[in-house]
Amino acid sequence: MTALRRLGAEAIALVLAGVIFLIPFALMLLTAVKDQTQATDLDFAWPANWPIVQNFVDVIQARDYVLLRAYVNSTVLTVASVVLIVVFASMAAFVLQRRTGKLGSVANFLVLTGLIIPPAIVPTIWLLQALGLFKTLPGLILIEVAFHMAYSVLLFRAFIAAIPRELDEAAQIDGCTGLALFFRVIFPLLKPVTITVVLTTSVAIFNDFVNPLYFTPGDDNATVQVTLYNFQSQYNTQWNLLFMDIVLITIPPLLLFIFFNRKIVAGMTAGAIKG
Amino acid sequence: MTRQDAGPRSGPGPALARPPAGPAKRRSAYPYALYLPAAVVYLVIFLVPTVMAFYFALTRWTLFDSTFVGLDNFRDFLSEQNLRIGFTNTLFYAVVTSGLKVVLGLLLGVLLTSKLRLRGFLRSVVFFPVLVSTVAVGITFSALLRPDTGLVNKALAVVGIDGPDWLGDAGTALLSVALVDVWKGVGIATVIYIAGILSIPRDYYQAVAVDGGGAWHRFRHVTLPLSWPATYSVIILSFIGGLRSFDLIWTMTRGGPGFTSDTIASIIYKQYQAGFFGLSTAGNVLLFVVVTAIVVPLNYFLGKRQVPA
Repeated sequence: MTALRRLGAEAIALVLAGVIFLIPFALMLLTAVKDQTQATDLDFAWPANWPIVQNFVDVIQARDYVLLRAYVNSTVLTVASVVLIVVFASMAAFVLQRRTGKLGSVANFLVLTGLIIPPAIVPTIWLLQALGLFKTLPGLILIEVAFHMAYSVLLFRAFIAAIPRELDEAAQIDGCTGLALFFRVIFPLLKPVTITVVLTTSVAIFNDFVNPLYFTPGDDNATVQVTLYNFQSQYNTQWNLLFMDIVLITIPPLLLFIFFNRKIVAGMTAGAIKG
Repeated sequence: MTRQDAGPRSGPGPALARPPAGPAKRRSAYPYALYLPAAVVYLVIFLVPTVMAFYFALTRWTLFDSTFVGLDNFRDFLSEQNLRIGFTNTLFYAVVTSGLKVVLGLLLGVLLTSKLRLRGFLRSVVFFPVLVSTVAVGITFSALLRPDTGLVNKALAVVGIDGPDWLGDAGTALLSVALVDVWKGVGIATVIYIAGILSIPRDYYQAVAVDGGGAWHRFRHVTLPLSWPATYSVIILSFIGGLRSFDLIWTMTRGGPGFTSDTIASIIYKQYQAGFFGLSTAGNVLLFVVVTAIVVPLNYFLGKRQVPA
């Protein structure tokens, strides 16, 4: 009896989760592989034709290969920002965790404010313009580094707290201090948390829409999210292409998810509970 | 690397207890220079604009020159109906999304830590939307919520309900976007709750079992109070996110119809587009004030209720 009820409950949970969480993805995939006329219906009818390759080619070629350039931009943006974040945040977190004092508490306060305060948009544009970085990829990279710094420092600091100080002492005896101590001794030990930071920040930066919208307007430095947003208004008759674009943009996070599911979840919960 | 632990250990022994009580050698092991790159980027790109915002919010501003106008921008923000609506909408959005994320996240967390056979699969399914681009989610749900042909209204029609034009109707637009936000974000709340529930010592459940308590008793007197740290994180996180939210609203309604689903963040963007940089920055300052005025006390209040574990 209880077994039967359990089975029933499981079936209901499964169906509900399936309906609520999978149907939007089904719509994406189905519409992406339909021809233009059928895609306009935006329904769940089985595709009459399967112009998958044609849709793929069309969306890539659209507006003079803007999507390809956007993919390159997004990749450069994500990789460069994540590398800088990992190096900068781990170094800062190391000193922050090891050295208390006035400067330390100021830094701690700044980390907290960085988690809460929404960035001031137009003053940031003003500043980037003064530095000659507005509408440039390097400018956007610095923005992403700055905005993801607090969270990453927090994750690194929590992890470093578990590394015994005896290790630092041993290295010091061997004449290893400062940069050498950090990069030769400490940084290699941070691999688990580094992977977590890489995964969570790269997903966040790849999916970021607001900052590219504000800080790199125009087609030249558009990222995939901005391109998708622009496609939305241009392709409101070609839903198959729009959804093909969505599918293409969803593939990188999907791959990360398939390979690193546990790591990503661990990172997000750790960040939350410490935050 | 700790192999010769025994050797150096005797030396720094006292220093271990009191970290920075240091001779010069000890200090130099952690030079402040390591702060430098992070500090420069953070101070220049984030902190300087944040501080400057307080000045530019008081000006009429074209990026090249600014005229001081006092509190005019703030007065506009608070007096014009189209701008003032942003406050109520922002609060509504934050309360609805974080409330639902707490309730649904807790339910899903309890469900997905039970002995369900498919829980691994379900966890993945619930969490995956977190990683999908917000713009993509917004576009997909705009299609699902279309008045005549959208799946949601077709499904409602089957049970005889005449669904509204979810995103085109002033009464439902903001709520619809908030619900989509919950769909996308509940995965985070769920994994936080799963972590919280799994960290509750089994002894408590055994104690309830010994006392003959049922499932409800288990939930009410063990799971619910002892997953308080998770609730705390979910509330704070989703409140901060909700107050700042922009991308989903912008892709789904652009603040419309009219101004009815505008939040402070979307007004900031609209005023920026229109070239009212001072007004836009005033919006930023107000958002700063709202976030700080809500999150800091909330954090304090919720933190005090933290169960000492």
